[in-house]
Amino acid sequence: MVSSLFSVQYLSKRYADSIAVDDLSFEIAAGECLGVIGPNGAGKTTTIRMCLGQSVPDAGTITAFGLSMPDDSLAIKAQLGVVSQLDTLDPDFSCAENLLVYGRYFGMKSAQIRERIPELLAFASLTSKAGAKPGELSGGMKRRLSLARALVNDPRLLLLDEPTTGLDPQARHLMWERLQLLLQDGKSILLTTHFMDEAERLCTRLLVLDHGRKIAEGTPRELISQHLEPDVVEVYGAGALALANGPLQALASRVETSGETVFFYTQDAKPLLQALGAQAQLRTLHRPANLEDLFLKLTGRQIREDA
Amino acid sequence: MSPSSQRSVWRAPELSARWWPVFLRNLLVWRKLAIPSLVGNIAEPLMWLVAFGYGMGALVGQVTLPGADGDIKVPYILFLASGSICMSAMNAASFEALYSAFSRMHVQKTWDGIMNAPVNLDDIVLAEMLWAAFKALFTVTAILGVMLALGISHSPKLLLAWPILLGVGITFSCLALIFNALAKGYDFFTYYFTLFLTPTMFVSGIFFPIGQLPDVVRAISQWLPLTNAIDLVRPLFMDQWPQNPVRHLLVLLVYAVGGFWLALALTRRRFRA
Repeated sequence: MVSSLFSVQYLSKRYADSIAVDDLSFEIAAGECLGVIGPNGAGKTTTIRMCLGQSVPDAGTITAFGLSMPDDSLAIKAQLGVVSQLDTLDPDFSCAENLLVYGRYFGMKSAQIRERIPELLAFASLTSKAGAKPGELSGGMKRRLSLARALVNDPRLLLLDEPTTGLDPQARHLMWERLQLLLQDGKSILLTTHFMDEAERLCTRLLVLDHGRKIAEGTPRELISQHLEPDVVEVYGAGALALANGPLQALASRVETSGETVFFYTQDAKPLLQALGAQAQLRTLHRPANLEDLFLKLTGRQIREDA
Repeated sequence: MSPSSQRSVWRAPELSARWWPVFLRNLLVWRKLAIPSLVGNIAEPLMWLVAFGYGMGALVGQVTLPGADGDIKVPYILFLASGSICMSAMNAASFEALYSAFSRMHVQKTWDGIMNAPVNLDDIVLAEMLWAAFKALFTVTAILGVMLALGISHSPKLLLAWPILLGVGITFSCLALIFNALAKGYDFFTYYFTLFLTPTMFVSGIFFPIGQLPDVVRAISQWLPLTNAIDLVRPLFMDQWPQNPVRHLLVLLVYAVGGFWLALALTRRRFRA
């Protein structure tokens, strides 16, 4: 392991009636963006909470910057920036005051923080909102203020728990742009997300969790080529479902159905598309396999009722 | 796994100077809301004092109290003022450490945000405790000012009452934080107010001397924190020294230290998922 910034080894956490995290190991290298994806209840947030010393693991070790949790938790947190799933912004303070008050928790001097505030607000595109309270901000603005707040101590590693959940596409793209700037700046990021395009765009490496276990790890491209056929043909319309068990099966390596749609996973889509062309009532979509396919293949298409 | 991560919630407090930015945060919020909170904290106790002190005072006349050199007679308004200022310290600290602290801890998740920075839970609990005590001190300072202006007492020993009232604030904020740690919602605090603070108010000698109480109640009353606070503060209003200062201070100290320890343990348990 070369220059590992953050390392989690054999981490386990069980609650009274369930296992939240099961023998999980991963590392984050300097400058890397590690994405953690998995269905609700897969153990993503529990893992982050343990990384912050807010939840005590039943087994395993967490080390960061050459220090270990939980003994050095304060020294570790001094070098971390955290955006939690739910905003914990102070509703009584303006954006600028939120940054000032938060910086003080890191032991920073008020004058030192005040110097950084204009830069942080500009980074979050909130310069014109310096005096506004969180209640007056949109969802995207609040999340960007949370991000700016997490940067107040100039952290080496950012822990971001679903930073774009609930945002509209414009706000999400702005958040991605900002995170990319941070990566270019040499910061490292641990990111949990439900958005596969976000994971593909931002993450150098991905960890797929399910039921608290790591079920796959690698770069987005590697994972797709390892687990999936390169091409996907989606077919829907009258009679589409019947195809799933028909002769066309032979032209694909794998066939899945979800609702009214049939998914053909194949090495070569041409013969399949030709055969489908004969049936005018069907609508088809031919596209390369993506992370969403991977995610659904690994974790299943069923809705998790317990999540 | 290192054994330190399985530490007991009863371990000694781990405190550092990081409680200060948390205290400062509360101060900064309060500065924005100081005027309405001033009205609530000061106007109400003063109305009680004026209505009861002058109204009842006219009926009661003087109250006889055991002093160091035999019984002394004091005007009812002075008797009431010296007791009710302790009640104000108790109420101000209790409200802040229950409703306001609970808002920050549970509703706004302010504590969770703070713990993502290098500040541990123990420092937050200490900051909340001292903050509630500070608010109590602020309240009693303002009320003392009005009492001086009304000429209720001019005892120079009131200067000593001031730090004691801070101690009363600390004691009651420690006790209130125990219930903060146990609360599922605001409704829970009704139990504390109705079942503990209100009876405490009536048996601690604010409105009438505890000599009026049945023996059993009086025996219990002598171990209540408010009774001991009043026994310390009341003589100072009359330019006298308290009779058993060490005993009273010790009782308050035990409540404060025991209360803080229990509150900290229960809060750690609440946050240990």
